[in-house]
Amino acid sequence: MESIYLDYAATTPLDPRVLEAMLPYLREEFGNPSSVHGFGRRAEKAVEGARRTVAEVLGCDPDEIIFTGGGSESNNLALRGAAFAARELRGANHLITAPTEHEAVLATMHQLRDHFGFELTELPVDRTGRVEPADVVRALRPDTALVSVMTANNEIGTLQPVAEIAAICHERGVLFHTDAVQAASQLDLNVRASGVDLLSLGAHKFYGPKGVGALYVRRGTPLLPTQTGGAQERGRRAGTSNVASIVGLAEALRITAQERETHNARFAALREYVIAGVLSNVPESRVTGHRLERLPNHASFVFRYINGNDLLMHLDLAGIAASSGSACKTGDPRPSGVLLALGLEPEWALGSLRITVGRGTTEAHVERLVAVLPKAVEKLRAERLALA
Amino acid sequence: MKMSDRVRVVVAMSGGVDSSVAAALLVQQGYEVIGLMMRLWGEPELNGGVHNRCCSPDSMAQARRVAEKLDIPFYVVDAQAPFKSRVVDFFINGYLSGVTPNPCLECNRHIRWDFLLRKALSLDAQYLATGHYARVRFISKSEGGPGGEGEFQLLRAVDERKDQSYVLSVMGQAQLRHALFPVGAYTKAEVRELARQFDLPVAERPESQDLCFLADNDYRRFLRQHASEGLRPGPIIRSDGTVIGQHQGLPFYTIGQRKGIGVAGSEPLYVLGTRPEANALVVGTADELGSDRLTAGRVNWISGTAPAEPFRAEVKIRYKAPPVAATVTPLPDQRAEVIFDQRLRDITPGQAAVFYTGEVCLGGGIILRADRRYEQQR
Repeated sequence: MESIYLDYAATTPLDPRVLEAMLPYLREEFGNPSSVHGFGRRAEKAVEGARRTVAEVLGCDPDEIIFTGGGSESNNLALRGAAFAARELRGANHLITAPTEHEAVLATMHQLRDHFGFELTELPVDRTGRVEPADVVRALRPDTALVSVMTANNEIGTLQPVAEIAAICHERGVLFHTDAVQAASQLDLNVRASGVDLLSLGAHKFYGPKGVGALYVRRGTPLLPTQTGGAQERGRRAGTSNVASIVGLAEALRITAQERETHNARFAALREYVIAGVLSNVPESRVTGHRLERLPNHASFVFRYINGNDLLMHLDLAGIAASSGSACKTGDPRPSGVLLALGLEPEWALGSLRITVGRGTTEAHVERLVAVLPKAVEKLRAERLALA
Repeated sequence: MKMSDRVRVVVAMSGGVDSSVAAALLVQQGYEVIGLMMRLWGEPELNGGVHNRCCSPDSMAQARRVAEKLDIPFYVVDAQAPFKSRVVDFFINGYLSGVTPNPCLECNRHIRWDFLLRKALSLDAQYLATGHYARVRFISKSEGGPGGEGEFQLLRAVDERKDQSYVLSVMGQAQLRHALFPVGAYTKAEVRELARQFDLPVAERPESQDLCFLADNDYRRFLRQHASEGLRPGPIIRSDGTVIGQHQGLPFYTIGQRKGIGVAGSEPLYVLGTRPEANALVVGTADELGSDRLTAGRVNWISGTAPAEPFRAEVKIRYKAPPVAATVTPLPDQRAEVIFDQRLRDITPGQAAVFYTGEVCLGGGIILRADRRYEQQR
């Protein structure tokens, strides 16, 4: 039986064209971009070419791009780097974020609060996970260093009004960061249009390699490096460049931007099929996140009185790879913080399921899901009954 | 939902050698095998972790390695809530009511052979297999083998010293028809050898009779911490009611105990039992200790029906106790009376009395009381 992958939000397969672009730098072009000789020059050319490609997609200048070791590192560098620099320059000591952010943002914010003396405001979110821009206005203070709100939520797919929030921050001279890791496979990332100061990307979410990311830093944004050492990335991120992966990231991003419209239309149709099929075939089911303002490839649900991990087990054994909001392989289910922040009761929040489609998804795949899922949920609910 | 036409079996994996070999044998026998591990309630530890020996991070990694080696799917399922209410709370409440509970029996009754079995069946498995040392036999009462009329019997393991039928005596026909015990036909030494032959990445771990959910194997400390309100000092009395001292809480004493009671007499004194209604600990001389009969409650008959007549059997009164010849009389209300051919020193209310005829385990019940000499003399 064919295995059906419906977990593109977790990671995506490497695009064969991306692999082709990377291969020379895993073989003969092994040079260190910092070296003086020809090997080094050719590697440097590849990295700087990649930087121009990324800048083009983001609508910024190449020197505003920092390559990192992935989306989480980009978030760490953005938050720590901007927070420490703002404190040093103007005594700013206050941070703002939302409780629905990815752990890479949330845990970093909590560490800055708990171990480095920053004050942290967590914005309220509505039942769809959206931040209300007016709440940002209320939360901002003269000593606010940074606001961070993600572009699209990984668990529930909800899109945030990022451009509006960026504008509000700028009126008050406060920096705005957005975690665009989950959004990058589908949304327009133009930073001139959105007006963000810092934006995080991770390549493996858009058919690029794992272990490489990028951070856009608007020119003139004070940023204290968090990884110190050599002068790579204009002194903002030390460490020998991961040349092949950087080339892969750029090629993956270029292809993604180029093919965006075609894919998104198809993703949205598949998503709608999944949502309609699940809601009409599974009793006591709800969509989580915003019904319309959500990623085109992203459908997320909760099923009352179901353990999401058990549902994943049933689906896996039926050949379907999906995810619950919060992946857990140790059988210790905690309702996802994101779902609780939406105000869902634990009896609902534990039964979460995330279906994310991608370039390899076919109609037959989602039809199979819609055929299998209701039976799995029914069986899990029947499990509560005693043995005959 | 099924991947193949092979018969699907869920195997409860612990990372230990027995359940790992059980899984390997099932794979070898051609079943479609799925490994499950239960996440059980464990006592919170000081370092912020949670202790349960049966599903520690080490055991989990170990079981995962075995599953990878066997190329079978492996999942961890959450059983913390039912384990807490059915096993841990039962354990605490048992001690507080003055008996010595056997939580392993309740775990098999409510968790392994109910909660987990239902999970296995909902995954379309035909069987749930465990690494227990015991056997199942089908006695056909019509043509057609296990599909037809008949009875599933629970048998002792081939390896007498490892036999675990005692804790499985809570099973019935509905469970046994879905039960496989692949290692029950082997000795422990053979199972170790099989693990080597299968090249299973199982580490030899010291075997433990301790309770899986105790952080330090000290049940007295556990009770002080989790049930301190139920631990009340009370009188230590002789069997005639004479008060001779004060005890620190009934759960801290076990029947037959001599040391650490805290009373002195002209001759050695032993714990004879408790009178929970008076919160009293009864002590007496070696001569007063012991009884030749007991009454058991919540009796489970594995065949599904209680024998109509009293019958001769060998009865075990604790997991590691040798079987003793006795006459068992089924009584109404799921009770039974057991009269032993000899006097036993330590019949302990709360433990199970399990009945055997030869290699067949007929069932058992929870000891309600030993009919003691000191009580008869009152």
